[in-house]
Amino acid sequence: MFDYQFLLEVLIGGLLSGVMYSLVAIGFVLIYKTSGVLNFAQGAMLLFAALTFVSLVERGAPFLAALAATLVIMVVLGIATERLVLRPLVNQPPVTLFMATLGLSYVIEGAAQLLWGTQVHGLDIGISDAPFEVAGVLISRFDLFAAAVAGSLVALFALFFRYTRTGLSFRAVADDQFAALAVGLRLPRVWAAVWIVAGIVALVGGLLWGARLGVQFSLSLVVLKALPVLVLGGFDSITGAIVGGLLVGAIEKLAEVYVGPLFGGGIEAWAAYVAALALLLIRPSGLFGQKLVERV
Amino acid sequence: MNVMRRLKVLAAALAVGLASTLAARADEQFFPLQSYRVGPYAAGGTGFFGGFIDYLNLINIRDGGINGVKLTWDEGETQYEVERGVEVYERLKSRPGIAAWNPLSVGIAYAMIDRISKDKVPLITINHGRTDSTDGRVFPYVFPLLLNPYSETSGIVNYIASREGGADKLKGKKIVVLYHGSPYGKETIPIYKLLADKYGFELEQIEVPHPGNEQQSQWLSIRRAKPDYVVLRGWGVMNPVALKTAQKVGFPADHIIGNVWSNSEEDVIPAGDAAKGYIAITTQASGAEYPVLQEVIKSVYGANKGNLEDKKRIGSVYHNLGIVNGILNVEAVRIAQAKFGKRTLTGDEVRWGFEHLQLDPARVEALGAKGLFHSINVTWDNHEGDGRVTFQQWDGSKWKVVSDWIAPDWAALRPIIEKSSAAYAKEHSIKIRASGDDQVGQ
Repeated sequence: MFDYQFLLEVLIGGLLSGVMYSLVAIGFVLIYKTSGVLNFAQGAMLLFAALTFVSLVERGAPFLAALAATLVIMVVLGIATERLVLRPLVNQPPVTLFMATLGLSYVIEGAAQLLWGTQVHGLDIGISDAPFEVAGVLISRFDLFAAAVAGSLVALFALFFRYTRTGLSFRAVADDQFAALAVGLRLPRVWAAVWIVAGIVALVGGLLWGARLGVQFSLSLVVLKALPVLVLGGFDSITGAIVGGLLVGAIEKLAEVYVGPLFGGGIEAWAAYVAALALLLIRPSGLFGQKLVERV
Repeated sequence: MNVMRRLKVLAAALAVGLASTLAARADEQFFPLQSYRVGPYAAGGTGFFGGFIDYLNLINIRDGGINGVKLTWDEGETQYEVERGVEVYERLKSRPGIAAWNPLSVGIAYAMIDRISKDKVPLITINHGRTDSTDGRVFPYVFPLLLNPYSETSGIVNYIASREGGADKLKGKKIVVLYHGSPYGKETIPIYKLLADKYGFELEQIEVPHPGNEQQSQWLSIRRAKPDYVVLRGWGVMNPVALKTAQKVGFPADHIIGNVWSNSEEDVIPAGDAAKGYIAITTQASGAEYPVLQEVIKSVYGANKGNLEDKKRIGSVYHNLGIVNGILNVEAVRIAQAKFGKRTLTGDEVRWGFEHLQLDPARVEALGAKGLFHSINVTWDNHEGDGRVTFQQWDGSKWKVVSDWIAPDWAALRPIIEKSSAAYAKEHSIKIRASGDDQVGQ
């Protein structure tokens, strides 16, 4: 007899895992939306933020002080990235900018290890991973906390984009860079601001992923989890990043448990990419991505 | 005339210089190190190579080298990448007096087998590498010292049997093996099947795709399977994530048994409380209380020549593995010197030393390593050397040994190893050695 309770458990587990993927994907979306750059360095930023935070805590800094100091460092990193990497490459083809972020990711990873060493660290943010049971289904407190953080982040962004001057600038630049420039918006300033926000998202993601995996070099590999999320949800939609994350999480887990045994297991790493590729054929801009219409 | 005299003086000076250079080289034995101190596996690399260098330093500082022959080394950064490892090999292979290669990387080791066999220099793959390279008849230059993956598998099953009250109690038990989705992770699949058939336990083997930073579905399947034990055959980030996810699904940590690459501090510290009670196999105990470690602290770190930046890592699992690896390399050179002379040896001569590397518990104690590792008994056809294993439990801050030294079932494994090595020999047209009395190249 089919075990529906187990199916539910796998589905819930998948959705909650997907929220963690969304946290990484949001950082990508922010940069892409405003500057058209696929920021491959997002994973390295996440590693850098988490490693900086945990290293400061281990050196005796109180939790909040370490958080504030890391925040400042991420702000400086965001401004430096705009000044030193993006500004000199203005008007270059997207692939050049992508390659620049690829290089940037190596620089940040190297700098992180140079500054803070190569040791792995545990990170306890005070939220237990011990599960509780609801109708026979185990649910992780940590996963629920992560979902709440992701939800709050999206709500904050919604308010920020709608009601703040900088948020409006972001939207204007995302909509049409040339028109935004024509009405007097300073693009470099907007880009610097968006890299700062992406840095803050990296800090939030880094703390949650660091608490889950430990703070170590492989944190930067979580970008691989964000890529199918972006393809599914669209590269320029925060809502898409959330929905895409949930879909990828659910697809991965269900595929691994129910389809995996047919292939000898271990299929979840590519099952999400299969789904993303299938969607690309039908809807190239993703579920929530903006359709590109060009006048010729 | 004057010019001629000057030329003679110059020639004499050159000759003296050359002779003194050669003399200096004649007193050195070189260890090329394909280390990894940056990149994703740097934590393990710094610990292992740190321990290895610390021991070589101890021999130089305390003893003036091995019978007066100074030990030297040079590092090449590989970041654990095969192509970089091969590049370092090509760069350092022409250095004089190479004793042995010690890459601590399955991928790099595989890529080097043909090269070192041609160059006649030993390749040491302590606790890892090709299982069939245990058969020295086919792989004269490769030494998977102390533990190959099959012996590890047998050791883990023997430990579970001892916990259950004997091998006969395994019948009807259920064991899940959670393995890394890589050739390394998959290597023991047939051996677990073999042992399940032999002892009558139920077996399920579940793959975790690389790198293993998400394991929800695997652990939900484990929860549904309700096994008595889970064997964790992990690597890197897969290990702490396994422990954390086990906690999420309510599986007890003291019923998870880690393999030899899931047994370090780096595997448990990131998992926090979830790792408390977790048990893992090891060939060398951790801790700095052993006399040899105390000597390293006193003589090497006391002279500010210690290799670890963080002294708290002295005695950690990887550091102690490096120390044991140092002991085995140094003793192999010492044994070879007893036969060939107290001078710089060729790689082939050191290979002979490894093939006669027999350290019984008394000799291990004399080396200050009693309790650190048990013993080794390498022969020309058994390049693993019958290493014993023990099991350690993480108490939240350190590993504590919780078993005696356990012997894997070598006799049962040998025919499988020989079958595999015979196939390799056939494929590569290798003549199988009939004895260990073959000529040693100078």
